[in-house]
Amino acid sequence: MTSKNIKPVLNVKSLNFGYKGASILKDISFCINPEEFVAVIGPNGSGKTTLIKTILKHEIPDSGTIQILENDISCLSSRDLAMHISAVMQAIDPTAMKVRDYVLLGRMPFFRKYQFFETRQDLDIAQKYMELTGIAHLADSQMTQISGGERQLCAIAKALTQEPDLLVLDEPTSHLDITHQKTILDLITTLKKELSLTILMVLHDLNLAAEYADRLILLSKETKTIFSSGTPEDVLTQNHIQTVYRTQIKVEPNPVTGKPWIFIINDMNPHE
Amino acid sequence: MSPNIQHRMTRWILILSGLFCLVLVVGIIALCTGAAGIDINTIPAILMTGGSSAEYSILMEIRLPRILLGMAIGGALSLAGTLLQGMFRNPLVEPYTLGISGGASLGVCINILFKCYAVIGIIAYPLFGFAGASLVIFLVYSLNRSNTHVKSNRMLLTGVMISYVASSLVMLLMALSHTDDLQNIVLWIMGSLDEPNTQLIQVACIGSVIGLFISYFFCMDLNALTLGDEEATSLGVNTARTKKILFIVASFLTGLSVSVAGIIMFVGLIVPHFVRMLTGPDHRILLAASFLAGAAFLTASDVIARVIIAPLELPVGVITGIIGGIMFIWALSRRQVSL
Repeated sequence: MTSKNIKPVLNVKSLNFGYKGASILKDISFCINPEEFVAVIGPNGSGKTTLIKTILKHEIPDSGTIQILENDISCLSSRDLAMHISAVMQAIDPTAMKVRDYVLLGRMPFFRKYQFFETRQDLDIAQKYMELTGIAHLADSQMTQISGGERQLCAIAKALTQEPDLLVLDEPTSHLDITHQKTILDLITTLKKELSLTILMVLHDLNLAAEYADRLILLSKETKTIFSSGTPEDVLTQNHIQTVYRTQIKVEPNPVTGKPWIFIINDMNPHE
Repeated sequence: MSPNIQHRMTRWILILSGLFCLVLVVGIIALCTGAAGIDINTIPAILMTGGSSAEYSILMEIRLPRILLGMAIGGALSLAGTLLQGMFRNPLVEPYTLGISGGASLGVCINILFKCYAVIGIIAYPLFGFAGASLVIFLVYSLNRSNTHVKSNRMLLTGVMISYVASSLVMLLMALSHTDDLQNIVLWIMGSLDEPNTQLIQVACIGSVIGLFISYFFCMDLNALTLGDEEATSLGVNTARTKKILFIVASFLTGLSVSVAGIIMFVGLIVPHFVRMLTGPDHRILLAASFLAGAAFLTASDVIARVIIAPLELPVGVITGIIGGIMFIWALSRRQVSL
């Protein structure tokens, strides 16, 4: 890929964010190119979620610019932004609402002024993404009565129903067991290919990030800056991880996929 | 159109026409009930002949305005409850429990005591009610917006405390007032739909319908807000602006009701609660259904208040207070896990 001809989907330039005098993000700059899957990793308190929130305009940065397809997001209304970026947030409060109605809310940004009802097209789009995410059979169930994993799939279906240029996910697998973690990340990877999605995801689990993402951004809690970014092999080195996470680990290639695999070493249990 | 959505439309139309009929039936019953003992069968004849008969003026000049006022205020209060519950994502929130009614009553008392109505006319009542209500709503909101998790319980407590403060201040004002003002305040505070001023009745009717009309521009935003502020923002809702406008609408509806009819408790709690069971959480149907159900509920409560110890009549707030208080405790005990 020659980067000169490609317009980045997301372009973050020297972003700074502080809260009550304390700096949380310092001089963050990065791009996401079309059809790229970028994962943001870093220790607790390194500002991963805050970074996502500034991109979604839940928080306003102190300085710096964020552009989506060359539009500065500070100039976009929340409605226009919702046509470009959709989000799956960490934990979804179960609301008493049918799955179909929940997913259909994703069409809201596209409603004309004073439009109160979904068009036929909206219904078809919602149906399409409910099928792609495998929740079509739950369409008439209540959001409160399905499992956490299914609810997460509904959130993804809703975000896809927005047909965004950039899909942002904040730790979509953090409360799920490994089966659901794999299901969701496999699904996102498949959908990325089928729908040519561009994805920015916060991930806590370094091994999952290494396995699924095209590129990683490692945030440091100490400096509040990007410590390293690049392919999983470049970022997930023993040196990087031990510096940023301040913990003893070992990195080996995954015997199946060859991606970096991080081993935690139990110091309490000394071995020869 | 997909069969599910068509089914939903049919259902919504059925619910709305059902509730509309209910309002009509309750209205007719209310028209037939009263101390004058006018026989139901004679009513059509009285209405047809019209004009000067005493029965005609009882029906058209005493009972009908009271029924219309009951409908307007019942609708306004339960609409205000629905809006607040949607924005705060808490089913126990309503104008009374949040202290908004208390704020409005304080505003109206100040108006009576300082005789502002003598300067700017009868419109001073709803204006002062509105001012008091908006003050409380912004107070409750800004005191509780920091921490997302404790929010709902803290908010209710803040509201209850504000109610206490407001009613203490009302008592303070009463203690400081002259006898004739005192009588004015006491009569008004008892809360009844017996309002002699036709101008105020017109303001209440038109105002509550306008409130419903404005709310409908935000029905989709309210649906998104049930998922939380951040989710709503991601769906393109300008949450700050929407909330500000809807807070103003809710205080307007509450201020209007309190200034005309005094404090009528819990209508905004009971009615939306049951309507939601019937319609589901979609505000596109919920708003109108709550309005109609509220209109029917308050008119029916007023009929009960008029007949239960006839020839005397109870303040209608007593009836809604008893039904609503019990309902509140019931809803609270049912929701103890998820609150």
